Amino acid sequence: MKTTGSIGRRLTLLLAGVAALLSLLSWGMVTTLARQAAERTQDNVLAASATTIAETLRSEQGEVRLELPYSAFAMLDAISQDRVFYRIAAGDALLTGYDDLPVPTAVPAPGQVVFDTGVYSGEAVRMATVSRPVVAGSQPVQVTVTVAQTRHGVGTISAELSRVAAILSVAFFAVAVGLSAVAARTSLRPLNEIAAAVSRRGPSDLRPLRRDAPEELAPLMTSLNRLMERLGQSIRRSEDFIAEAAHRVRTPLAVVRTQAEIALRSVGDEAEKTRLRRIIRAVDESSRSAGQLLDHATVAWRADDLARAPVDLAELAAQTAGALEATAAMKDIRLHLDTAPARVAGDAVLLENALRNVLDNAIKYSPEDTAVRLSVRTADGEARIAVSDEGPGLGTGPAEALTERFRRGDNTEGIVGSGLGLTIARDVLTAHGGRLEFAPAPKGRGTCVSLVLPSL
Amino acid sequence: MRLACLAVALSLFAALAAAFEIEDHRFYPGTGPQVLKIISTADLEVFEPYLLAFQAQRPELSIDYTVASSAALYGAIRNGAPFDLALSSAMDLQFRLANDGFALPHASDRTDALPDWARWRDLIFAFTAEPAVVVLSADRFAGLDVPATRQELISLLRAYPDRFQGAVGTYDIRDSGLGYLFATQEARSTDAFWRLSEVMGRLAPRLYCCSGQMIDDVAAGRLALAYNVLGSYAVERMARASGGRVKIVQMQDFSNVILRTALVPRQAENTGAAGAMIDKLADLGLRDGPGTWPLPPLRPSADDAGGGFGPIRLGPALMVFLDPLNRRDFLGEWENAMVQR
Ligand SMILES: Nc1ncnc2c1ncn2[C@@H]1O[C@H](COP(=O)(O)OP(=O)(O)O)[C@@H](O)[C@H]1O
Ligand SMILES: [Mg+2]
Repeated sequence: MKTTGSIGRRLTLLLAGVAALLSLLSWGMVTTLARQAAERTQDNVLAASATTIAETLRSEQGEVRLELPYSAFAMLDAISQDRVFYRIAAGDALLTGYDDLPVPTAVPAPGQVVFDTGVYSGEAVRMATVSRPVVAGSQPVQVTVTVAQTRHGVGTISAELSRVAAILSVAFFAVAVGLSAVAARTSLRPLNEIAAAVSRRGPSDLRPLRRDAPEELAPLMTSLNRLMERLGQSIRRSEDFIAEAAHRVRTPLAVVRTQAEIALRSVGDEAEKTRLRRIIRAVDESSRSAGQLLDHATVAWRADDLARAPVDLAELAAQTAGALEATAAMKDIRLHLDTAPARVAGDAVLLENALRNVLDNAIKYSPEDTAVRLSVRTADGEARIAVSDEGPGLGTGPAEALTERFRRGDNTEGIVGSGLGLTIARDVLTAHGGRLEFAPAPKGRGTCVSLVLPSL
Repeated sequence: MRLACLAVALSLFAALAAAFEIEDHRFYPGTGPQVLKIISTADLEVFEPYLLAFQAQRPELSIDYTVASSAALYGAIRNGAPFDLALSSAMDLQFRLANDGFALPHASDRTDALPDWARWRDLIFAFTAEPAVVVLSADRFAGLDVPATRQELISLLRAYPDRFQGAVGTYDIRDSGLGYLFATQEARSTDAFWRLSEVMGRLAPRLYCCSGQMIDDVAAGRLALAYNVLGSYAVERMARASGGRVKIVQMQDFSNVILRTALVPRQAENTGAAGAMIDKLADLGLRDGPGTWPLPPLRPSADDAGGGFGPIRLGPALMVFLDPLNRRDFLGEWENAMVQR
């Protein structure tokens, strides 16, 4: 499987991108607004200043008179340290102020303020102009008052605000990225939880997932559950099939065995007898193999829903040894039992099955006239049944490989078998939380196979 | 080399002398070829310690120091006279120079240390804060209470017209830029100004161009009081030296405090040295106590009685009274009060 990038990372990046865009946008907006506000403030003060001056206009002895009020210029000082220029003209004639100040682009109507931007004395200036008719002599003359100020303060104020806005935007962005990462992780958590729940399950646990999932994950859960259900069904079907097949094979084999035994009793010739015994043994093995197929299927589904009853391993060992006594006797093999009580929790049928397969191997692979020892012990919270024989040993390959299904060793030399015995034993022990251990027998010759279980 | 420089300086001096009225001039030769040309309203006797202190720091620098009235200084800078530094007590004219683009910017950590009110942008820097005071003759005031407010002064002048007839001195604000600045600011701040002017006007006041002559006349007993004199330590020293015959009084109702300021003119050539001098002056302006310097620092020390009034604000409002129309009106009113009777 090739991973195509992380959803979490993509989500974080996406959210961070949006945050970056918003930060940039808000910074730009604050900067523009700050500039506008600063400009508007300057305009207001300039307008107030020009109006204050215009209010002092009067006529005395046919002459236009005015008085620059102190406050008109003092107020210009309030927001920033900017250079101030002014020009007061009656018609085209300068009354006072800076003669070369740029003239306003339009003559304002009474009560109106005209704003202009221009350059004076090497600097950009903002100008406010008001005008008022003054009756001097016979005719009214239009007097215009222009107050101009450099824009140093506007620049400083908006630059300062822009800087603050930039810092805030960066901070906002950093917080947003952090939150995005958290949000991405939080929204992906249910998915991860489901994945963890699925991978925590045992290999044959096909029960449907019963957990609350967000709306978006419900389809995934449903299809996952449906898949598992179908899988379970198909496994059950093939197990049923195997069980049925094993049963069908065993029934005719039992008939053949009975017939062969009757024949054995009725013939007198030794050679005939030997041949009949061989037939009986082969039939037994075949029946046993079929039985193992059946056992394997049984273990598979009983392990899903394991019974946990207290079982005494000493008793179990005695029982199993008793059941195989006859088989051992046929090869003149002595079974030695050395047991101490050892209680475990589990399914007695499955545990008996596992031990029978291990003991069966010991008898099967041992030469005639040898001994097989069974010992039951508890130590360090573990109960252990050890089966040691005086047979040929497990061969050269890794012992664990022998627990694979249908795997048989290279020392079988015409001994019939299915390769399922150790598989069954291992599956049973694993289902009980135990394990199968292999070692050379303590006497140097033979094998020691141990079934280890957590003791009660 | 030195001689050549001196020759150039002298010829320049001659050229300048033709252009505006120079009150005093002195050249302080340094060890190097660089010259710092200063134009100032401060008399040599007051300002020499500053020049010598600066030259001790920069011995290679020659200093060319020219004293002129504040109006002459203003005109000289506007007309492009070749100076590197302009020091003036006329805040309004200094401000106008900066506002109209005749000043070069200067910035350093020293000037940054100045409080906001002691500088305007990076163009004008204040280095002293000097109050306007009343200087009076103890002999002529014998038996009278020393006035502490303008109202008391007015009552006194009204009560004893004979004693004060022809014995009151103040600036002729038509000639003195500083006098004009004091008068306009006072007229703006206190109603008593015009009443006091009326009362003084009736007493045939003597009008002066400069404070030095006024103080001399008080010391000599020719004047009973001089109104609105710039109160530097030099004046105080003179009062102490007079053995009690000259008293300095600061009005308690209101008192103008002016800032002596420095700026680098647009035409300055040695801007580096000018900046260094400004830094030196700013440093001295921020010193804690008066020390041995003839001019007071920017902040009055705690025990100084002169405290309580902030200095005149450096800002465009200073230009209001420089407007010719306003000036004409103000001088007209002032003449009505002071001169006509
Ligand atoms: N006690 C034993 N001694 C020697 N070899 C053994 C013993 N038990 C198991 N084996 C080896 O392990 C292989 C796998 O055993 P098992 O799974 O029981 O299959 P099977 O017995 O049907 O061959 C055997 O084929 C045999 O080679
Ligand atoms: Mg086997």
